Amino acid sequence: MKIQLKFFASVREKLGSSGELLELDGSVKTAQQVRQLLMTRGDMWAEVLAPSRALRMAYNQQMVNGEVQLQDGGELAFFPPVTGG
Amino acid sequence: MKISVQTQDFDVSAELAQMRATNPAIGAVVNFVGLVRDRNDGQDIRTMELEHYPGMTEKSLQMIAQQAQLRWNLIDTLIIHRVGLLQPLDQIVMVAAASAHRGEAFAACEFMMDYLKTEAPFWKKESTAEGERWVDARESDSQAVNKWGSLHTDNADASIDQE
Repeated sequence: MKIQLKFFASVREKLGSSGELLELDGSVKTAQQVRQLLMTRGDMWAEVLAPSRALRMAYNQQMVNGEVQLQDGGELAFFPPVTGG
Repeated sequence: MKISVQTQDFDVSAELAQMRATNPAIGAVVNFVGLVRDRNDGQDIRTMELEHYPGMTEKSLQMIAQQAQLRWNLIDTLIIHRVGLLQPLDQIVMVAAASAHRGEAFAACEFMMDYLKTEAPFWKKESTAEGERWVDARESDSQAVNKWGSLHTDNADASIDQE
């Protein structure tokens, strides 16, 4: 399946990307697994997405935890804790 | 219910007048306005850039206003949030709640603002004499929202902060 990745704020800047279309094989089913997969790219990816980092995830534009099950065509976003208002 | 994410400034008086004009049952309107300060964490702020997540931002603000309407007997709600480049003295956000009596409007206004601070996908980046920096989320904002309990949504769970 394919999912749309999106990155915002400091995550976007550090990765040098606002998003990409990601093709997943059958073994990757949750948001947490995508995070782990992206970390294997190394360098900044491993640093920015590390488990120790305060990071928020949204799936189809709703805040989620890492357990959320992904569907083909879904949109998964990674960003730091929000600071609006 | 009015929800707006916009680059342009807003007129608080005009917004409140419009709100009041919709329903003669309104007996109380409480509103909050957030501004860009000239100092933060010991440094002078030159400008502030507000980034957001188009699409999710509007849904998130709508959900917050709906949650307020579920909890209190409100006649109308309003949330306006600016994005883009702002300067000290600029208005950033306006939240308002209208009800028959003041108690519900006061509570709903604070509730919406507290949730906006921790749930709505906005990020502030400050420009100072020493360069640019992303504003860190405040622990006090998480504490402020905790007093309201959890939102009634399907799979919202902000407890993934693993620090």
